[in-house]
Amino acid sequence: MSIEKMGAPALLGLDRFIVDEEEAHIVLDKEICAQCAEKPCLYVCPAVLYKLDKNGDISFDYAGCLECGTCRIMCKNKGIVKWVYPRGTFGINFRFG
Amino acid sequence: MSGEDKFDAIVVGAGPAGSAFAYTLARAGKEVLVIERGDIPGRKNVTGGRLYTYALDMLEEGLHQKAALERQVTHEQIMMLSGDRAVNIEFVNPAYNQEGSMPMSYTVLRAKFDKWLSGQAEKMGAVVVSGIKVDELIEQDGQIVGVVAGEDQLFADIVVAADGVNSFMAQKAGLIPDIKAATIGVGVKEIIELPAKTIEERFNLKAGEGAARMLLGCTEGIHGGGFLYTNKESISLGCVFTPEGAARKKKSIHEIFQDLKMHPAIYQLIEGGDTIEYSAHLVSEAGFRGIPKQLHREGFIMIGDAAGFVINTGYSIRGIDLAILSGIAAARAVIEAEKTADVGPMYIEELQKIKLMLTMKQTDKFYEVLETPWLYDKAPNLAADVFNHLFTVNGEVPLPLKTELMRLLKENDISIWELIKFSLKGVKV
Repeated sequence: MSIEKMGAPALLGLDRFIVDEEEAHIVLDKEICAQCAEKPCLYVCPAVLYKLDKNGDISFDYAGCLECGTCRIMCKNKGIVKWVYPRGTFGINFRFG
Repeated sequence: MSGEDKFDAIVVGAGPAGSAFAYTLARAGKEVLVIERGDIPGRKNVTGGRLYTYALDMLEEGLHQKAALERQVTHEQIMMLSGDRAVNIEFVNPAYNQEGSMPMSYTVLRAKFDKWLSGQAEKMGAVVVSGIKVDELIEQDGQIVGVVAGEDQLFADIVVAADGVNSFMAQKAGLIPDIKAATIGVGVKEIIELPAKTIEERFNLKAGEGAARMLLGCTEGIHGGGFLYTNKESISLGCVFTPEGAARKKKSIHEIFQDLKMHPAIYQLIEGGDTIEYSAHLVSEAGFRGIPKQLHREGFIMIGDAAGFVINTGYSIRGIDLAILSGIAAARAVIEAEKTADVGPMYIEELQKIKLMLTMKQTDKFYEVLETPWLYDKAPNLAADVFNHLFTVNGEVPLPLKTELMRLLKENDISIWELIKFSLKGVKV
């Protein structure tokens, strides 16, 4: 491999995650998100986990979360109804950091 | 231990602040429990980054010689990018790294460093439990007396929030509201693996030497900047943005960062390398004015990033050293205090004694300098234009430098007044 622009999924593929299948650490209320005109989460998530689906609704997957907390701080209309760190041992496991 | 089932202190988070606290306290014979949510200390933590060495030796003389560090920084660089042009300034002072004396700073990877420092605290007698998340604080009669982690309740004379920039502990203690988006930066970083020899050739380094580079003009005008640090066998390349700036521009920070990798002045340094990790983390950009008004209440104190101890001057970023200092200060307060109620006020005194508060205060004015909006696009462009003028020799009659400078300022839409105002802010720091 050599240096090239990489999409977020390819970058996240290099990281080690232990996904908590039983408990999502971030939960959205999509009805609130639908009312949000700015949707800053689309631009500020380093892992680009917030996307618009075909209907223009926010789709989100917590599995590739880097746990930075940017979305929580930028979410103005509180569509993020839950944001906690994953349960112990779960989530991102940086090998270098 | 004051009772059979009670610790002298419980620390939430085994980063540099928490481990420095635990190290100092355990060395004094106190019973200290460190609770870390990562599988191993360091697994959740990210730095640019570098560590200014003095802090380690303040913890214990000579400690830096044993520490899990990368390269000693010998080459300090500031690079301004504009289009595909680049202005690079390099400062080398051999006195920073004289043989037999303590080097000024080292590049560092947190997964390795935090694990090592936490291990040192354990050797001193601290109990470190990893893979456990603290969920709640326990309050009794207006005093914090312990923590809840899953099914367990654990008690201590003092609970120390060393849980980083998103300090849920400090929020639960009611000492801070939520962090404000305006005073925060989000950093993204790739670790790019390269052979040590290749790194040394590309940066003109001897074995063990390292480069630290700040980058300006790589954020599409968004308040922020890039960084590059050479590790033993990898390069840490990253970028920090104000998330509000990115949201206003409707531009993904991931995309802007990917563009930086391909800039010719950067690409040539990382070419042939393999990206082996992608990370992200928040960093406080507010400096002194970002420190919460209250850093303690009875039975509870905040240290490290949780207390906002970060300094960004634009040319250097300090966080790990300040975290260690605050951990030492907090431990000294716990050791000296006769009763729990005295710990908080004594901690503030110790922060003064260790010169942390004054250091933060002295660098406060940098915040205003870095608030200058044209610093992030027009200024690097102007710098490249000026050098372009100086180095262009093509047989044409050159205009006087002064005339050319005035033209370039105008072309870059920077008024002479803005420049004077900026210079005045600059001399005030």
